[in-house]
Amino acid sequence: MKIEPKISEDILLDEVTSKEYEYGFTTNIESEKIEKGLNEDVIKFISKKKNEPDWMLDFRLEAFKVWKEMEEPDWANINYPKPDYQDIVYYCAPKQKKKLNSLDDLDPEMKRTFDRLGISIDEQKRLANVAVDIVMDSVSVATSFKEKLAELGIIFCPISEAIQKYPELVKKYIGTVIPVRDNFFSALNSAVFSDGSFCYIPKGTECPMELSTYFRINEAGTGQFERTLVIAEEGSYVSYLEGCTAPMRDENQLHAAVVELVALDSAEIKYSTVQNWYPGDKNGKGGVFNFVTKRGICHDNAKISWTQVETGSAVTWKYPSCVLKGKNSIGEFFSVAVTNNFQQADTGTKMVHLGENSKSTIIAKGICAGKSNGSYRGLVKIAKGAKNSRNFSQCDSLLMGDKCGSHTFPYIEVDNKSSQVEHEATTSKIGEDQIFYCNQRGIGTEEAVALIVNGYCKEVLNKLPMEFAVEAKKLLEISLEGSVG
Amino acid sequence: MLEIKNLKAQIEDKTILNGVNLKVNKGEVHAIMGPNGSGKSTLSSVIAGNEDYEVSSGSITYEGDDLLEMAPEERSHRGVFLSFQYPVEIPGLSVSNFIKTAINEKRKAFGQENISAKELLQLFKEKCELLNIDKEYLSRSLNEGFSGGEKKRNEIFQMAMMEPKLSILDETDSGLDIDALKIVANGVNSLKSSSNSIILITHYQRLLNYIVPDFVHILKDGKIVMSGDKSLAQKLEKEGYSFLN
Repeated sequence: MKIEPKISEDILLDEVTSKEYEYGFTTNIESEKIEKGLNEDVIKFISKKKNEPDWMLDFRLEAFKVWKEMEEPDWANINYPKPDYQDIVYYCAPKQKKKLNSLDDLDPEMKRTFDRLGISIDEQKRLANVAVDIVMDSVSVATSFKEKLAELGIIFCPISEAIQKYPELVKKYIGTVIPVRDNFFSALNSAVFSDGSFCYIPKGTECPMELSTYFRINEAGTGQFERTLVIAEEGSYVSYLEGCTAPMRDENQLHAAVVELVALDSAEIKYSTVQNWYPGDKNGKGGVFNFVTKRGICHDNAKISWTQVETGSAVTWKYPSCVLKGKNSIGEFFSVAVTNNFQQADTGTKMVHLGENSKSTIIAKGICAGKSNGSYRGLVKIAKGAKNSRNFSQCDSLLMGDKCGSHTFPYIEVDNKSSQVEHEATTSKIGEDQIFYCNQRGIGTEEAVALIVNGYCKEVLNKLPMEFAVEAKKLLEISLEGSVG
Repeated sequence: MLEIKNLKAQIEDKTILNGVNLKVNKGEVHAIMGPNGSGKSTLSSVIAGNEDYEVSSGSITYEGDDLLEMAPEERSHRGVFLSFQYPVEIPGLSVSNFIKTAINEKRKAFGQENISAKELLQLFKEKCELLNIDKEYLSRSLNEGFSGGEKKRNEIFQMAMMEPKLSILDETDSGLDIDALKIVANGVNSLKSSSNSIILITHYQRLLNYIVPDFVHILKDGKIVMSGDKSLAQKLEKEGYSFLN
């Protein structure tokens, strides 16, 4: 056996950056779509297509009016060509002859796509207790385990269906956590959202399985505008998983989702995301633009946990947040954000303490490789009335090589004297000495990097449900290690 | 087992080893002593395959094969173990997971199945007892927050778990108090057999009271300038390195 070349970080980086996106392919599913551009007629078309009631159409038209007056934000530490919003197709649905009752009835071509993603439905079905609501190109094509959930009064369905079947619930909560005019992207989403998931857990009910949705962008040049609404009634519990992959593209794809969580008194919502959208190629061409607004509201004694592993997208702008409105409410944010090549991420969280004795924890782990740029941006705000509140924040960065950048922008505002805020931050590098130490114990360099990175992310990965953690580890390896697998 | 011939090695442009010759047979214990900067740690690094050091000439033969042609992990699979002078920390990676990975990578290299959980637990139990280690420590992050003594003991624990053929202990005694030194030495002695070999790199004769070497070599200016039995170490302790001049 030949002696291996010197393990310098440059060589390691070459390996890392030589990994082409594994999931870059398109499925030949016929799509139904409309002309590019955005105007009132397009919004009316979408609404009609979905058979929506008037109040929903009015909500959309109002949002469109607001959006037209807003400007795209540019305060984030990211650089990208601003999309031409008139050059985007706002509705696109795979043509399907009939509604599916079972996953077995799925279009074989679509099924193959999922198989190639390594998240085959067969496997998912075998995986214990995971009900999957698949969203492909904005329209849900299959929903499972529905009956089992229905017995408990749990609703888990596409939001378009919820608008039809449970209009009073949707109407009561949609846009209450994230108002239409919250920001440019949430306004756009409110005007044109295509589909998404709706979840309702009745009072005192513990959802017996992880609810899971896989999102996928499948049509060149279509923006995807998902809308998710999760409502946990008093004393209920739900764990919700969201995972994403997208096929390889040359033109940038825009994604502007809105996720709203409502945790009523003593309820708990755990929301986990593994995000792996196409990050662009080695030269920074292509890739998904991800501008997401996620926010949850906690009433008295309620708890919301956001856990995310972000490896994809060319540009990420995302701050899953908690409004701790109730007393003794708890907000948590656990995040791993990986950037490589020319990826840019400006991500973090906002914890807004309004209730007394509210607590929040932020653990943010950034990993930067290649020529990428990762920023953590976090706001901790403790209002005057939020007496005896506490926050702990820890922001770590792991750098691979010397061509990437990591930045931390903490904003802390405390308006009373009885609250406590702690912020810790570290920056480290994977050392050649760590890799050699592993090598000496018989562990090859790629495996060593995986061990070191997984160790670094452990606190966050541990928060993910088991099967999701496995997938997340796989993603970390794919996005950082090049030749593994 | 190991034969080093006229080995010369440098780091950047500085020559550190300047013609080392050493032969270690199965079952032997060799001690290498020498003043600071004489090249002791460089020698262990070169044997383990640390590529910071460049071998400019000479050869190392291990079990009849050219060791310098092997990648560091292959040397490990073949049974070469280095107890590091400064073990590195890997936060978040547990001692048990690290050792399990190391054992399985070696097994994989020989086309064997992964170690079973039962077997691994039994090994952990056995070796923890041998080195007087609390099992709780297996779930701690590798070397993170370990005291100097704990780090060294952890190295010997790994050695016990991996059952190497050739172990190089690079200043394992430094940072150990007398009780820990005895435990570590007992551990090493019980791992010693007629089929494996040990190279001890040390400044002090102290360790050699507990692990008795068959040969003692003195390394100076990148060369072995004197070899003898354990009495050489005692002489060194009494007179210092000045007698070499």
